Amino acid sequence: MGTDSVESNDTVHLNLEFGGGLEILFGSIKCHSVDIPLNSGSEKLKMEHLLVWVRDNLLQERPEFFMKEKSVRPGVLVLINDCDWELCERLNATLENNDTVVFISTLHGG
Amino acid sequence: MGRFCDICLQKRAALRRPKTLQQVCKDCFYLAFEEEIHQTIVENQIFKPGERVAVGASGGKDSTVLAYVLTLLNKRHGYGLDVFLLSIDEGISGYRDDSLETVKRNEKQYGVPLLVVSYKSLYGWTMDEIVSEIGRKNNCTFCGVFRRQALDRGAVMLGANKLVTGHNADDMAETILLNLLRGDIARLSRCTSIITGEEGALPRCKPFKYTYEKEIVMYAYFKKLDYFSTECIYSPNAYRGFAREFIKDLEALRPRAILDIIKSGESFRISLDVKMPEQGVCERCGYISSQKWCKACVLLDGLNRGLPRLGLNRTRTSKKSSSVNEDGYCGENKDHHVRPGKLRGNVPRSSLDF
Ligand SMILES: [Zn+2]
Ligand SMILES: [Zn+2]
Repeated sequence: MGTDSVESNDTVHLNLEFGGGLEILFGSIKCHSVDIPLNSGSEKLKMEHLLVWVRDNLLQERPEFFMKEKSVRPGVLVLINDCDWELCERLNATLENNDTVVFISTLHGG
Repeated sequence: MGRFCDICLQKRAALRRPKTLQQVCKDCFYLAFEEEIHQTIVENQIFKPGERVAVGASGGKDSTVLAYVLTLLNKRHGYGLDVFLLSIDEGISGYRDDSLETVKRNEKQYGVPLLVVSYKSLYGWTMDEIVSEIGRKNNCTFCGVFRRQALDRGAVMLGANKLVTGHNADDMAETILLNLLRGDIARLSRCTSIITGEEGALPRCKPFKYTYEKEIVMYAYFKKLDYFSTECIYSPNAYRGFAREFIKDLEALRPRAILDIIKSGESFRISLDVKMPEQGVCERCGYISSQKWCKACVLLDGLNRGLPRLGLNRTRTSKKSSSVNEDGYCGENKDHHVRPGKLRGNVPRSSLDF
């Protein structure tokens, strides 16, 4: 994706959205604009790394409602640039500057 | 980048369908999603032309998408239905207030008239008042019994012929599993029916019976439908939550598992020689009941006499009045509860045919 704004080489800028009740774990804020530092030595940011970063840096409570083992909790949908992550390698998906990642819980009241 | 849609082969795929594992674009997804629901409605003859249909609307994802899709299909396929939104105000401050605002917006957005019926007006108690009286242990039992009856009464006020609810395939699989885990064969054999209650109260239908929760949420997200998503503040739901998580784990490994559980559930049938309880009406309020008083009246009587545990015991042989399971969990607008006149204690041990 684009590299329009001034970005340092060792962070990736992302827009994160949490919905379907998941936002409650993030101080009830749905949209977060974040800069994720790359692991030293790696050039790309992968979803697997993003999940851990979100859990350790953004999440405020009950991590078990967000993650299970290395992935999201089953029942949480993930979209990368409006595309179901099941179509783009899930944990192995690579994220670019200014990508949008959306997490939606399906587990809350019908 | 991006893969192409398996159906139109032209547009970029937006999701993988759990049912078919196809990768589809948004437009092909919308059409497939809507037309599968249409097929379910037609094949099961859920509606007749000219009927008045009340959608049990909680403001949550399922009923919001149901109201939207039913309105759309009614126009597209000329069902000739009058569609209404029916919401129950349990009187849970900070929870129901917000979700009712969502339903009121839906009323305007979809141009479908809304009726709100409150526990307070029907029963003289809000859920907040009931909880302050009984504590949090059995509140879902009260809420479930009251909601079921409130929906029926609201539908009658609307002059409705049918009540439709947003129960989806994941809910159905979960309920089947729970009934199996409880050894509740009577409920196991009828919980898969797409239409229930034809013999007495207003028929209830589940047009989303085969619709995956993932697709409902994706549909709502892509279409930017306005829904409310917070768990009821009073619901404990440990056992049901565990079953739900198990279903989701299965789905992650093999999405078809959900449809296969439903198929298994549908194959259970109580043999016909089982005597079902006779259907009558409640002496006190006239609601359908096989007992002298319906469950809502028994629970209310206890509340009003300051004996709120009345009617909560698991009496299996009670002749005089209804009893209710203590492990009831309401979920949002879901009717996993004991149906009037069909208490599990009254259903004899039954044989199964497969
Ligand atoms: Zn397509
Ligand atoms: Zn009654």
